[in-house]
Amino acid sequence: MIPEEKIKEACVEILRRSATQLPMDAVNALRRGYENETDDVPRMQLKAILDNIDLAVKTGTPMCQDTGVHIFFVNIGKVDVNGLDSVINEAVAEATESVPLRPNAVHPLTRKNPGTNVGVRMPYINYHFSDNDYLEIGVMPKGAGSENMSRLAMLTPAKGLKGIKEFALETMLNAGGKPCPPVIFGLGIGGSADIAMHLGKQALLRPLGERHPEEEIANLEREILAAINDLGIGPMGMGGNTTLLGVSAEYAHCHTASLPVAINIQCWAARRSLVRLYPDGLAEYPLEVIQ
Amino acid sequence: MSEKRLTVPLSEDDVRALDAGDIVYLDGIVYTGRDEVHIHALEHAKEGKEIPVDFKDGVIFHCGPIMKKDGDKWVTVAAGPTTSSRMNSLEPEFIEKFGVRAVIGKGGMSAPTIEACQKFGCVYFAITGGAAVSIAKGVEDVLGVEWFELGMPEAIWILKTKNLGPLIVGIDTKGNSLFADVDKEVEANVPKVREKLGI
Ligand code: SF4
Repeated sequence: MIPEEKIKEACVEILRRSATQLPMDAVNALRRGYENETDDVPRMQLKAILDNIDLAVKTGTPMCQDTGVHIFFVNIGKVDVNGLDSVINEAVAEATESVPLRPNAVHPLTRKNPGTNVGVRMPYINYHFSDNDYLEIGVMPKGAGSENMSRLAMLTPAKGLKGIKEFALETMLNAGGKPCPPVIFGLGIGGSADIAMHLGKQALLRPLGERHPEEEIANLEREILAAINDLGIGPMGMGGNTTLLGVSAEYAHCHTASLPVAINIQCWAARRSLVRLYPDGLAEYPLEVIQ
Repeated sequence: MSEKRLTVPLSEDDVRALDAGDIVYLDGIVYTGRDEVHIHALEHAKEGKEIPVDFKDGVIFHCGPIMKKDGDKWVTVAAGPTTSSRMNSLEPEFIEKFGVRAVIGKGGMSAPTIEACQKFGCVYFAITGGAAVSIAKGVEDVLGVEWFELGMPEAIWILKTKNLGPLIVGIDTKGNSLFADVDKEVEANVPKVREKLGI
């Protein structure tokens, strides 16, 4: 049995890391973007972002004031665990105090804020099972600026690949500068309405630049990335070549009569963190992050 | 493109002298205010009720910061802009009613706000989205908080700023908007992008 106290500690730690240290894949993509820009305005925006990322690490403070709502991805291997839901909730409340994180989670109608980031079904926890000999807990804090620009389309199968590309273009045009570009597209294809949205979010867990293993999907990712960057929306929507840092797609088989497509937009603050916990209490943090 | 340092309260002349694309650094009081502050303040005005701060010649920052209490003093941890377009339907009236001279945010604002800026002498400053730690460095002191019951992100935080910036004039008083310019360029690029996508 992995002690609950150890799990909670590790969850507080990934919440702190995710808010303050950006994974290296995102940092490198931003640095490349900065090098590729020639005009003053986009260079200034990307420099402000990169300086801010450095400052966040140095001071141990959240890189963005919107520390998001918390989506967890838990993968239970061949280990004994107990009470994960409540342990994760406690960790979120504790990290909200200690990091500190902004209390973002509110009741959807009364807009009442409990002040802890813990509410009904929030943090949201996805459970999966594996044959690993450890418990893996990942967290993705999701800010509203980018999430608000995420979209779903229930295409007819006849629209096919072209329809998906059209939808990607429309989504970026609709988003413009609002989701703090440069952004990342998590593209979910197939399944059902809810599955496509979920796949889009899950795709964002994949390191930037790592292509989908199937050639057809990988090509679609490449094509959308290259074309959208020609729009000229640029960092913060103020013009430039760096609009999209990456596209990651995941798919599921779907009903023969439908073609759901979802795009989950992630802003430059592509925060995520991961811990692996072993039965002997050892905690491993495998993600390479900026130091 | 020129670089200027301005002190709040801002005069109408101060802001009318700015052009879209100029870089500005601010000193003085800046109030945070997003959706709820706009809604509440306008409701109060309608009912003839006082609001707790005076926005006249002042600056409103679309921002829901992370604040921390250090003893009984509030400290700014992170304070980046929020998406301004959420206030699109409220801002023109807000500018008119309360006489704000500058709005700070991200992502730009729609035509009615551009018109209000022109008519009442107000500018829109864009500040880099998410650059919250750097921006917090421009906050020297937190002088107070009002409407705290709206929650930390939605309250009015009274910030004393020093060298807050760089801010880019996104909308000036002459009807220019950097964002509208980019929109036009983007629109012109769409056919090329479609061709590349084969759609
Ligand atoms: S969109 Fe991202 S970077 Fe921008 S304010 Fe929201 S969380 Fe921060």
